[in-house]
Amino acid sequence: MSTANGQDLDALYQEIILDHYKNPHGKGLRGDADAAGTAEVHHVNPTCGDEVTLRVHLADGVVDDVSYDAVGCSISQASASVLHDLVVGKGVDEAMAIHQEFLTLMQGKGAIEPDEEVLEDGIAFAGVARFPARVKCALLSWMAWKDATARVTGAATGEGDKA
Amino acid sequence: MTLEGLLPELAVIRKDFPILERTLAGGLPLVYLDSANTSQKPQVVIDTMVDHLERHNANIARAMHQLGAESTEAFEAARDKVAAFIGAPERDEVIFTKNASEALNLVANTLAWPGDRQVGPGDEVVITEMEHHSNIVPWQLLTQRTGATLRWFGLTDDGQLDLSAIDELITERTKVVSLTWVSNMLGTINPIAEITRKAHAVGALVVVDASQAAPQLPIDLAAMPAEERPDLLAFTGHKVVGPTGIGVLWGSRAVLDVLPPFLGGGEMIETVRMDVSTYAGIPHKFEAGTPPIVEAVGLGAAVDYLGHVGMEAIHRHEQAITAYALEGLQSVKGLTVLGPLDATRRGGAISFEVEGVHPHDIAQVLDSRGVAVRAGHHCAKPAHARFGVQSSTRMSSYLYTEPREIDALVEALEYTRSYFKLD
Ligand SMILES: Cc1ncc(COP(=O)(O)O)c(C=O)c1O
Repeated sequence: MSTANGQDLDALYQEIILDHYKNPHGKGLRGDADAAGTAEVHHVNPTCGDEVTLRVHLADGVVDDVSYDAVGCSISQASASVLHDLVVGKGVDEAMAIHQEFLTLMQGKGAIEPDEEVLEDGIAFAGVARFPARVKCALLSWMAWKDATARVTGAATGEGDKA
Repeated sequence: MTLEGLLPELAVIRKDFPILERTLAGGLPLVYLDSANTSQKPQVVIDTMVDHLERHNANIARAMHQLGAESTEAFEAARDKVAAFIGAPERDEVIFTKNASEALNLVANTLAWPGDRQVGPGDEVVITEMEHHSNIVPWQLLTQRTGATLRWFGLTDDGQLDLSAIDELITERTKVVSLTWVSNMLGTINPIAEITRKAHAVGALVVVDASQAAPQLPIDLAAMPAEERPDLLAFTGHKVVGPTGIGVLWGSRAVLDVLPPFLGGGEMIETVRMDVSTYAGIPHKFEAGTPPIVEAVGLGAAVDYLGHVGMEAIHRHEQAITAYALEGLQSVKGLTVLGPLDATRRGGAISFEVEGVHPHDIAQVLDSRGVAVRAGHHCAKPAHARFGVQSSTRMSSYLYTEPREIDALVEALEYTRSYFKLD
């Protein structure tokens, strides 16, 4: 468990996170949910009610766009914004690897040193991993993205993948 | 600081609750403003439970030895205490359950089976838009399973039940009206007597969720005129300074006698043959299996404690703290209180929004200052949707809350605003 003094609060609310929260990247649903190569999912965090509707468009094995509508806290909003930055334009396999890296970081209870080469702004979430109650906030849009992507590629996702 | 209406021995009361003395990370004192979620426990409840486990533990009703007799006596004495706490006309009308949710499910489930009160196609069940999920979902299940129709009272903009359509809602088709006495989100106190009278006039059963009322309002069922007295009333032990794992369903004997059994098992029977059984009378008919014995004993000590302090005095204290909190909260820029603003007409749970900061983030910053509140939908998603918000922050006080804790909350909210750089 984290200690909850002022310093830790700053570890949670990194400037990068607050910047993404105030100016989210890629927010708003784009394209046509029924178009080829597109899937849309709606994920909810049942404990707090945070919600995201996320649409993925894949073209030629590349993540062409990730667009989303979301309501939630600064952590969940900022992580959707960072997700957009990290996966759009990447090959699906590479994007999945980034997803795995982010997931590992978030499940690492604060003990994992994030790789900035891979996660870029996502490293700001390292502090969130020390606040167990907030990990689900950070993972909400990432799990939605994985789910939507799997729907397009036809791969099955397990129930356990849902945040 | 003293306010008119505070419990005169507040400092002594606080000493009864050992947890209030602990500090949090960084040596910060605990400011516990989450009592509508669960209340803290006085030493006497803790000691009574420990004493029972250390000295009197045995199964009840079926152990033919001294410990069994002591344990049974303690369990049944707890029933007497709970009966006195709510002014139950008869002590056997008090049924122990696991929590309020189970009590409400017991009623909604048994109404699905054949019997005088069976709900079926064409019948209507009426709830309200301000219910806790525990008083919504069981009724959805009942109406879906039986082909009955679920209807509900809407809310006015100031967080009251909208009674303007009461004559269209409560009709001869209505079989059950189930509503909360005090809202866990808006704090609203509902006109139980008026609605019960209406419902009884059409022959409907009235179920009251008293989970938030029992902690703070004096309840005297026997003193209510019969036409205004609900038929069933549920509350949960952990919100009345008792332990978790124990709840209460009170029901009038006339109704409980005609409801079919809920769970089957030991203790709820009269006799069992391989083909058929006959059932015990109330309360045992609804208490299958070994009950939460030590939890019931703890609940008995809890309601005794509240009775000793005095529910009238506790109610006055809650009103004084609530008025003070409403005033303090509204001094915070960008803060909007959801629900009634008149402290004399509401309970002690106050939900609010602060423009520009999400409730999660508010709660997180408050926690870093030692202030414990709840953030989220408080198991009242429809009520949040009614007010166009996805979630809110909620502070809730109790008999041990001091004005200085409200000051700490307000100060921490100001800090939250500056932390998130809101002008
Ligand atoms: C109004 C109301 N009803 C029902 C409940 C459910 O109580 P429990 O979870 O103990 O069953 C609560 C508390 O969470 C409540 O506030």
